[in-house]
Amino acid sequence: MLTLEGLSKNFGGLPALQEVSFRLRGGDITALIGPNGAGKSTLINCITGVLAPSAGRVDFLGRDLTGLPAHEVTRSGIARTFQNLRIFPRLSVLDNVLCGLTLEAGRSFFSAMLRLPPLRHRERRLRLRALEALDRFSLADKAAWPAGILAYGDRKRLEMARAFVGEPQLVLLDEPVAGLNAAETAAVGREIVRLKSEGHTLLLVEHDMDLVMSIADQVVVLDSGRCIARGTPAEVQRNPLVLEAYLGRMEPTA
Amino acid sequence: MTAKDKILYFLYLHRTGLTVTAFAAFVLVFPLVEDNPYTLGLTNLIALYALVVLGLNLFIGYAGQISLGHAAFFGLGAYGSAIATTAFNLPPWPAMALVAALVALVALVVGLPALRLHGHYLAMATLGCNIVVYTVLVQWHPVTGGHSGFSGIPPLALGDFVFDEEGRFHYLVWSFTLLALLASLNLVRSGVGRGLAALAADETAAACLGVDVRSAKVKVFVLSAVFASLAGSLFAHCYGFVSPDSFGIFRSVDFVIMVVLGGLGSIWGSLFGAALVTLLPEWIEVFDTYKDLIHGLILVLILMFLPQGLITGLADLLKQRLALYRRRLESRDADA
Ligand SMILES: Nc1ncnc2c1ncn2[C@@H]1O[C@H](COP(=O)(O)OP(=O)(O)OP(=O)(O)O)[C@@H](O)[C@H]1O
Ligand SMILES: [Mg+2]
Repeated sequence: MLTLEGLSKNFGGLPALQEVSFRLRGGDITALIGPNGAGKSTLINCITGVLAPSAGRVDFLGRDLTGLPAHEVTRSGIARTFQNLRIFPRLSVLDNVLCGLTLEAGRSFFSAMLRLPPLRHRERRLRLRALEALDRFSLADKAAWPAGILAYGDRKRLEMARAFVGEPQLVLLDEPVAGLNAAETAAVGREIVRLKSEGHTLLLVEHDMDLVMSIADQVVVLDSGRCIARGTPAEVQRNPLVLEAYLGRMEPTA
Repeated sequence: MTAKDKILYFLYLHRTGLTVTAFAAFVLVFPLVEDNPYTLGLTNLIALYALVVLGLNLFIGYAGQISLGHAAFFGLGAYGSAIATTAFNLPPWPAMALVAALVALVALVVGLPALRLHGHYLAMATLGCNIVVYTVLVQWHPVTGGHSGFSGIPPLALGDFVFDEEGRFHYLVWSFTLLALLASLNLVRSGVGRGLAALAADETAAACLGVDVRSAKVKVFVLSAVFASLAGSLFAHCYGFVSPDSFGIFRSVDFVIMVVLGGLGSIWGSLFGAALVTLLPEWIEVFDTYKDLIHGLILVLILMFLPQGLITGLADLLKQRLALYRRRLESRDADA
């Protein structure tokens, strides 16, 4: 579904990604793991058009997305969450989720200003869908709250609700359970599995190995910007390169 | 649903339309109750400024940008209509539309490069644009009449009904302002409005949700320039006289103060801000004498203590307190 070919990104000469290639199959959960600073977030940013890759190609459903601006990438059916939460604190929780339906809400200033009955009905439909999405992430009772006062765990789920509400074909989750406690992590894990069972395709950046190993179909390991291994969770766990990347990194700090 | 529920639901569903209708009814009967031309002159001025401020509030308050140059578009609208109807003898209504289209074009040309800038840089760019326009108005003597401006601009008319005195202006300018009010209220309740609010908070996140950040910014800038241009045309036709001093950078700053007093992103607040800044000097003498000083002071104080502006800042504070209070109640219930 998504194919990366030799994707590279340099920040002022320093390589953050070097020749990363792999592909995602539709309906799979792919976990992207690697030590801190390995380039995982950079990879997601390059796919979604937040950053322009220095070299390589991003192909999504046969369409070349390389270098397209972020809103075009979104239009082609890719949604994402951010590692450092990026909700809109002053908007209500419901409006935050409605922002995830921007593509369906229409772009015309004219029709927005006229607000004729078709637009009115569409708004009502979108509102229902947003409420549904809030419901599945157990935030429905907080729909009217300003998002800024939500607790951390709620914010993380709000971002997920916002990413999924538009029924995107591919969702990239950057550390969806970082900072959550065990119970919350398990709940998000269940939600991810459920989303997969509904046919969503996910790319998941995660440090929580138990979670990764239990839900991923494919694991891709990045280290210093290079893709050093990929395969099923079991294969990757046995891979000596991976063990070295993780353990070798730990020795000096431990 | 009982009948009462149905009525309440209807009221809730159409609350915005109903509020606007109620306000329109108030505006409609206002001249019957208050026919003092001086007072009407003031409320007309409020309506004119409110028209500019509505657009500017979409740009500053909603989309989170800054402009210290909207008096330029206001001035271009006024001078455009004045010149088109006197020098070229165009009929006023088509002239007004034509000028608005030209101003939209100017805003597009200015906005495309300028809106790549953020914060102070954008403020300086728009300020510069205002200074250029002001200088042209002063220097291009043969066309603009220089410092002293020029008069003899014909009033607008609908058939035989000529808008030539304050009571009649009232209906003219308030019609425009009410339409702009309704359009703005509609805009912010739509996906477009949410996109603007989103890009104000976080451009990257907005773009990843599908908002075309650059084009949305330019569009809202052009829209606000068109509102300002229409207000300018009305200004020229109402007073029959234009001079550059109505369109200098201090007027731009006044507009920003109106936006901030009304509250960033508060559409109704725009009316309030325009009214307050216009009326305060009338009510209290010192405001008139030390106008610029006091305006500056208000701006600094509000932005220090209520960065969202007066009305929105207070409303946000209230909303947040309420929600926090409810949250605390709920957690207490959960503990018990
Ligand atoms: N905008 C930027 N400018 C310069 N360097 C950057 C930028 N973004 C990331 N980097 C660098 O690129 C490298 C990869 O960063 P990235 O955020 O992708 O890592 P990560 O794998 O997501 O790490 P983490 O697990 O901590 O989130 C790091 O060395 C980082 O310092
Ligand atoms: Mg990261």
